[in-house]
Amino acid sequence: MPKSAKQVNTTNDKNWSLIIRPSRGWFDLRLKEVWNYRDLLLLLVRRDIVTVYKQTLLGAFWFVLPPILNTFIYFILFGLIAKVSTGGINPILFYLSGLIAWGYFADCINRTATTFRANAGVFGKVYFPRLIVPLSSVISAIIKFGVQLILLSITLAYFVWSGDPASPQLQYLWLLPFLLLLMMVIGLSFGIIISSLTTKYRDLSNMVPFAVQLLMYATPVIYPSSIIPDKYRWIFEINPLSSIIEAFRYIFLGIDKISWPLLAYSTVFAIVALVIGLVMFNRTEKDFMDTV
Amino acid sequence: MSVVVKAEDISKVFRLGDVGSATLTEDIRAFFYRLRGKENPNIKLASTNDREAASAISNYVWALKDINFQVNQGEIVGLVGRNGAGKSTLLKVLSRTTSPSSGEIKIKGKVASLLEVGTGFHPDLTGRENIFLNGAILGMRKEEIRKKFDAIVEFAGVQRYIDTPVKRYSSGMYVRLAFAVAAHLDPDILIIDEVLAVGDAEFQAKCLGKMKDVSDQGRTVIFVSHNMGAVSDLCSRAILLKQGGIIMDGNTDDVIRNYVQQNMRVNLTDKDALNDPSVRRGNGAVRFENVSMVNAEGAECTEFLPGNDIHFDMTCIINEPIKELMTNVAFRSGRTRDIVTTTGRIKVDISGKKPGDRINFRVSFPTIALRPGVFETYYWLGDSRTETAFDVVDNLLPPLVIQMPPDVNPLYLVGYVDLPFKFEQ
Repeated sequence: MPKSAKQVNTTNDKNWSLIIRPSRGWFDLRLKEVWNYRDLLLLLVRRDIVTVYKQTLLGAFWFVLPPILNTFIYFILFGLIAKVSTGGINPILFYLSGLIAWGYFADCINRTATTFRANAGVFGKVYFPRLIVPLSSVISAIIKFGVQLILLSITLAYFVWSGDPASPQLQYLWLLPFLLLLMMVIGLSFGIIISSLTTKYRDLSNMVPFAVQLLMYATPVIYPSSIIPDKYRWIFEINPLSSIIEAFRYIFLGIDKISWPLLAYSTVFAIVALVIGLVMFNRTEKDFMDTV
Repeated sequence: MSVVVKAEDISKVFRLGDVGSATLTEDIRAFFYRLRGKENPNIKLASTNDREAASAISNYVWALKDINFQVNQGEIVGLVGRNGAGKSTLLKVLSRTTSPSSGEIKIKGKVASLLEVGTGFHPDLTGRENIFLNGAILGMRKEEIRKKFDAIVEFAGVQRYIDTPVKRYSSGMYVRLAFAVAAHLDPDILIIDEVLAVGDAEFQAKCLGKMKDVSDQGRTVIFVSHNMGAVSDLCSRAILLKQGGIIMDGNTDDVIRNYVQQNMRVNLTDKDALNDPSVRRGNGAVRFENVSMVNAEGAECTEFLPGNDIHFDMTCIINEPIKELMTNVAFRSGRTRDIVTTTGRIKVDISGKKPGDRINFRVSFPTIALRPGVFETYYWLGDSRTETAFDVVDNLLPPLVIQMPPDVNPLYLVGYVDLPFKFEQ
C-alpha cells in the first residue's frame, strides 16, 4: 500500500528511542528524563551529606556553627554598636531565626551557581539530565536547614521559658514546608540562571557572593520590616524574599506578619523564575562542554 | 538486520582560541543574524580541521563535517583515524556530552557510553557507596545495581575493602572496581573509548574481552581506537575518519590497510609527534630519523606472510655526545598490548661518531615466526648502563601486519608465535 513520504517519516521516527539533534525546542525540557534518574538524585543527595563532614571530629556540629557565629557578629555590630531595633525580641533569637532562614536560600544559590563549571569533569564523560545536580544540591541543603531548625527550636524554647516576648504561632507551622519550597525554587532558579550565564563568560560568577550579600541587606533578615520607612517600602515589596522571611519569623517569633498577597506574589515570582531558569539551563546543557 | 544507529549529516563546529571580548562580538553578531532568520555568519567561514594549516581564515573549524553512517544491530564498529581526525568529537556527540551543530542521530535501544571508568567516584565514599553512585550516573536504577552488586564486587575482587573509602584503595583496585561497575551495564549499544584500554595488560585484556562478550550477546558496540590490532581483532567493520570527514567505511582489513598507508607518511623528524608522550619518549640525545620496513625484495612494505624475511632499515641522528648506543625492536599484540617478542638490546657501533652525525643500521628477522595478526611496533634507542632512553617510538609508526596465508585453515594459526616442534609416536 503506497504511503506518502511524510507518513513514512513519522512512523520511522517512532521506531527510534532517542534522536540526537542540534537544538531542541525552548520548552522541550525533558523533565520525564529527570524523573527516570531519581535514584541518581537521591544518591547524590546522600553523597553531599555523607562526604562534607566525613573525617571531621565535630561532624554535624559544623552545620550549626556558622549561624551561631554569624548571630554573634550581627549581635555585636547591629545590636550593641548600631543599636538596630529587633522588634522587642531578644537580638540573639531574632538574628538566629533570620540568618537560618536566609542561610537556606543563600545555600541554594551558592551551591547551584557553579553547576556547570564545578561538574565539567563528570558532565564531559557521561550523559544524564544535568538538572539532577542542582536539584540534589538544594535538596541536600534541606538537611542542613533541618539541623539548624533544631538549634533554633532549642534556643527559642529557652528564651520563651526565660520570659522573652517571642510567641511562636505554631498554628501556622504547616506553612513552613511551603516557605522552604519557595526559597528552594527561587534559589535554584537564580542558581541555574547564573550557572547558565557563566559557562562562556565567567564575569558574572565573581559577582555572586557580593550580590547574595547585598540581597540579604535588601531583605528584612537582620532588621524587622517595621523599621523600613514608607518611602522605601516598595523595595521591600518587590523583593519576593521579604514576605517569605517575614512569614518565617511570624511562625517562630510571632512578630511581623504573614502577608498573603505578597506570598502569592512570591509564588508567582518563583514559578516564572523557575521556567526561565529551566529554559536557560536546558539551552546551555547541550553544548556547554565546548566552551566551559 | 535492523539499523540501530543512524547518523545523518552530522557536523560540529568548534571555535579555536581564547574566549574573550572578541567572542562576545561574534556572539552578538550571530544573535542578530539568528533574529533575522539567517545562518550563523561565523560558521560559514569555518575551515576543515587541518592542524598544520596555520593560515586559517577563521577561528572556526569543522571538527566533524557531513558524517553519515549506519550501524546494524550486533555489529562491532571501529572508529579509527589520527589524533584530531574527529573520533573523540563523534564519540562525544554519540554519547550526548555535546550536541552536533547540525544533522541528527537516531538511536534504537538503551545506550551506554564509556569514555572513562569511575566517573563520579568520590574518594571519601566507600566502595559500596561508589558502586551505587557510579552505577546511577551510568544510568542504572538502584534496584538493578542491588541485583548486580555481588557480581560487581566479585568481578572487581575487592570483597574485603568494600566498606573502605576508595581513596585508600590501590590504584589497581580502584580501576578494577570502576571497570566492574561499567562491565555490568547491560546496554543495547555500547560506545567505548580506547582510553579505557590504558592501564596494565591484564586490565586491557579484560576490557577487550568484555567488549567481545557484549557483542556475542547480540549487542552493538562502537569502539574508538588508535589500536589497529584491537580493531582488527574485534571489529568486522571500521570507519576511517580524517579531518572531520569519513574517508572510508567498510571491511576492517581494508580500512586498516588504508589507514596504515596514510600513516606511512608520519615523518619522524616532525616535531608534532613529540608532543604526545604516549607514542614518543626519550631525552633526544639520539633520535630516529627514519624507520622503514622492507621485504626480501628490498621494497618498503608493511604486510607480510608468516615465514617472510623482514628488514628494518633505520637512520638515526646523534644530537648530543653519548657513550653507548643500544637499540631494540619489539612487537606488541594489538589486542592485549603485551609484548610478543623483542630483539633484546643490540649494541650499535658508534666509534668515530660525533654529534650531528647520522648512523644507519638494519635489523632483520629472517623467516619471521609470527602468526597472522596486527602487531604494534616499538623501537628503542638508549644507553643500557645508565638505563637512559634516547628515543622511544611506541606505536607511532605503522604496525607490522602478518596476513593469513591463502589455503590455510585460520584455526591452525591461532596465537602469536610459531615454535618449532617435534612429533614422535
